[in-house]
Amino acid sequence: MSKTMAIVGTDAIAEAMRQIDPEVVAAYPITPQTAIVEKFSEYVADGLVNTQMVKVESEHSAMSACVGAAAAGGRVMTATSSQGLALMWEILYVASGLRLPIVLVNVNRTLSAPINIHCDHSDSMGARDASWIQIYSENAQEAYHNVLQAVRIAEHPEVRLPVMVNLDGFIISHAVDRIDILDDAPVREFIGEYSPAYPLLDVANPVSVGMFDGLYGYFFEAKRAQEASMEKAMYVIQQVGEEFGQRFGRPYGLWEEYGLEDARACVVALNSACGTIRTVIEAMRQEGKKIGLLKLRVFRPWPGQELVRVLQHFPVVAVFDRALAFKGGHGGPLYTEVAASLYEAEKRPLLANYVYGLGGRDLSVSMVRQALEEIWQAAEAGRVASRVNYLGLRE
Amino acid sequence: MAIVEIRWHARGGQGAVTAAKLLAEMALQQDLYFQAFPEYGPERMGAPIQCFNRLSTEPINIYCSVDNPHLVVVVDPSLLGAVDFAAGLVPDGSVLVNTGEDLGHLQQRFDLAGRKVYAVNASGISLETVGRAMPNTPILGALVKILGLIPLEKAAAYLHDYFNEHFNADLAAKNVQAFERAYGEVRSA
Repeated sequence: MSKTMAIVGTDAIAEAMRQIDPEVVAAYPITPQTAIVEKFSEYVADGLVNTQMVKVESEHSAMSACVGAAAAGGRVMTATSSQGLALMWEILYVASGLRLPIVLVNVNRTLSAPINIHCDHSDSMGARDASWIQIYSENAQEAYHNVLQAVRIAEHPEVRLPVMVNLDGFIISHAVDRIDILDDAPVREFIGEYSPAYPLLDVANPVSVGMFDGLYGYFFEAKRAQEASMEKAMYVIQQVGEEFGQRFGRPYGLWEEYGLEDARACVVALNSACGTIRTVIEAMRQEGKKIGLLKLRVFRPWPGQELVRVLQHFPVVAVFDRALAFKGGHGGPLYTEVAASLYEAEKRPLLANYVYGLGGRDLSVSMVRQALEEIWQAAEAGRVASRVNYLGLRE
Repeated sequence: MAIVEIRWHARGGQGAVTAAKLLAEMALQQDLYFQAFPEYGPERMGAPIQCFNRLSTEPINIYCSVDNPHLVVVVDPSLLGAVDFAAGLVPDGSVLVNTGEDLGHLQQRFDLAGRKVYAVNASGISLETVGRAMPNTPILGALVKILGLIPLEKAAAYLHDYFNEHFNADLAAKNVQAFERAYGEVRSA
């Protein structure tokens, strides 16, 4: 049912794209995403896919071409990182506003300046309000699975929103790991045929797309409808994740839990850091320090109510952020979301924020250990010594 | 089996990253779990680089650099005095060096008394077999011997197929020869 390979993360993504065989891919190279598009263009050149590959002069054009192709009725994908995502910015909103189910793979890399090609989540966090569904992946295996599911989520008639699948630049994208690549036939059966709602190329039923709406049009209603679809996406993501599990043996939800049942403190984090954190938690639990991990998979839509139900039972919740929100010392974007949701909780946990890994700074086992010991002490003492902490910062 | 963590020290252009990748692919043949990744920096011919492997019988989900290696591989002997190659080495960890130097002398020169030290003249073997100094294949042969996780014939067969596919039959044969010689010639103290 699958073949096990020793490949880098970008190759795993290219494999997913080969299996999806989108009608159009428009992309511009940027480190560390480049290898995805390189590999995929080999597949195009070798005739392994039927994709029309559009080579463009910038990411702004890449996303514009994706919007055009998706509006025409095609299944459309792209991939980018960092400045590339930043250059797509205004068109990201057009893609979601026009309700086009584009799938974008974002290989997380920080934003300049200073110039830095390494991993943090500043790129995707900056796009958090663009009405794109955002899914995060601990490793290449998950990223591969998430890309396959993203097509189903984006194209679901109740959703029809673009999806961004995130994985950590270099740490995951450029590391050789053991990956199970599923067989083509069952993957294609899972993905299914796409029937676009209002394709421009349906000449028998002509439509206009992206018209001027003006002061007396339905802009406000369209945006409210977009928000409602984001709400529905919460359920569709879970349905698709469950179906994926039934078909391929690995179900996906809004998050993944480790050791939460008896934990006195809970860590919330995204992407590859979760692996290292889980490894340290495993060691600490053997010493009787019961900490748990909630590895968040879905950041948009924000599963606020669902998270509150789980998180409110912990004396301490610690949020790891690989980005800053520059609010002036009030913590990173993930922390902000968790804190805001917990306002609704009957019992509010003590909160701590750990900002780590900006610009690719390695999150070592010893750094995680240091943070988790502090979190454990906070649980024992009933107070958090410092709200916002910078892990591995040279001072 | 607990995770075995390996740190490679080499110079850009010596093929250490490829060797680490080949080790991962050989590990897959043995149904092991593995990681292979470089320290991502500017790629300059001749500049010191590091890359890493993790090997285990269980899934590995730790995603950071190797700070406390069980095994350090020094692909270029000129790095011995240039980088802190033994940094963070676990107490019973070992060092594999590409050198023809006497092991006792090496241990003395770099304060490695009490450490398990392995040496193989990978550059010399490579010159004699492949015809140019590409120490990556022979040092990989020595490493495979030390690790004892991958049978020689399987590793050699994999290496042959790799070079045959990416280069040609002649280079495949010569690299296998280099690999097997180093596998047999690695010394320890």
